[in-house]
Amino acid sequence: MSGHEWGPDGWSPDDDRLLDAPTIRPYVIARGRTEAQDRFDLISLAVTIKPTTGREVGLDPEHQTIVRLCRRPLSVAEIAAHMDLPAGIVRVLLGDLFDRGFVAVQQPQPEMDVLDERMYKAVLDGLRAL
Amino acid sequence: MAFGRSDQPKMPKAIKLLIAGGFGVGKTTMVGAVSEIRPLRTEETLTDRSVGIDDLSGVETKATTTVAMDFGRISIGDEFMLYLFGTPGQERFWFVWDELARGALGAVVLADTRRLADCFPSVDYFERRGTPFIVAVNCFEGAPVFELAEVKLALNLGEDIPVLLCDARKRESGKEVLITLVKHAYGKRPMATVK
Ligand SMILES: Nc1nc2c(ncn2[C@@H]2O[C@H](COP(=O)(O)OP(=O)(O)OP(=O)(O)O)[C@@H](O)[C@H]2O)c(=O)[nH]1
Ligand SMILES: [Mg+2]
Repeated sequence: MSGHEWGPDGWSPDDDRLLDAPTIRPYVIARGRTEAQDRFDLISLAVTIKPTTGREVGLDPEHQTIVRLCRRPLSVAEIAAHMDLPAGIVRVLLGDLFDRGFVAVQQPQPEMDVLDERMYKAVLDGLRAL
Repeated sequence: MAFGRSDQPKMPKAIKLLIAGGFGVGKTTMVGAVSEIRPLRTEETLTDRSVGIDDLSGVETKATTTVAMDFGRISIGDEFMLYLFGTPGQERFWFVWDELARGALGAVVLADTRRLADCFPSVDYFERRGTPFIVAVNCFEGAPVFELAEVKLALNLGEDIPVLLCDARKRESGKEVLITLVKHAYGKRPMATVK
């Protein structure tokens, strides 16, 4: 886990004090919400559009962590990896944040759009420049 | 799907490429060689979606399976974000393969000439699904050296499927593999035949 991803003042899942609760709570929050677990793709990108104050009702520390992580756009897969949570749980938490207007989520290119010529050219140029 | 909002900041568009192949063939190594971040790991959990019948009791059981995937990222300017996913080694995790392959631009099937048959399931899968793919032979020391034409024959690949040699540990080599894949995918896009 990369500690620098969290702000110096922020809660981190590595905090010993919180070790037990945070590892179980996300599963409890997400329990049974299987539909929400399919809502976003692994590469859907999330970005914070409204910061939290930390006092919102119904937002858990895991929600707050996502809001902090997504100050720059991050994929569901990256959020899950940084938080060490299964992707399905992250989808549920992200759905809550989206519904309350804290994050914007951009779904990946649908298969039709993957046909865009300009995109292939940009990707090839980008790879050549690596 | 309309998850976006008009007031949202400009976001890159996410694109997905897959690195598939048999167990231990170098998938994670290749992801790491080209990625701008060290490879990350994410887990998908399968619950409720597959309901099987328990052989012994005849009672319906809910299966819970967890599959781990490694992935990396390459930013293409500020407009595109390329994600590279190593597919889980075992084919029994089809549910993850299907999710990964959905919307993917294309796939690299990594092959090891010491165990060429290990990549059959990947080749079959992408052929059936119609996902553009290429085959990259990872050159381990001491592995038998085949002509690329022989590999093509052994894998029963179509004439048009690119096959190339690579070293999964080297960035330059990984780059070449990805460029070959994107060019191939470009030629395979449905519009290419219409135009
Ligand atoms: N000599 C040599 N070793 C390699 C090469 N590519 C990978 N390896 C080694 O082979 C081993 C397996 O590589 P991984 O990248 O973990 O393979 P993988 O396909 O991700 O494996 P699984 O995810 O377990 O299926 C590692 O010890 C790598 O260092 C190569 O080109 N040459
Ligand atoms: Mg691996």
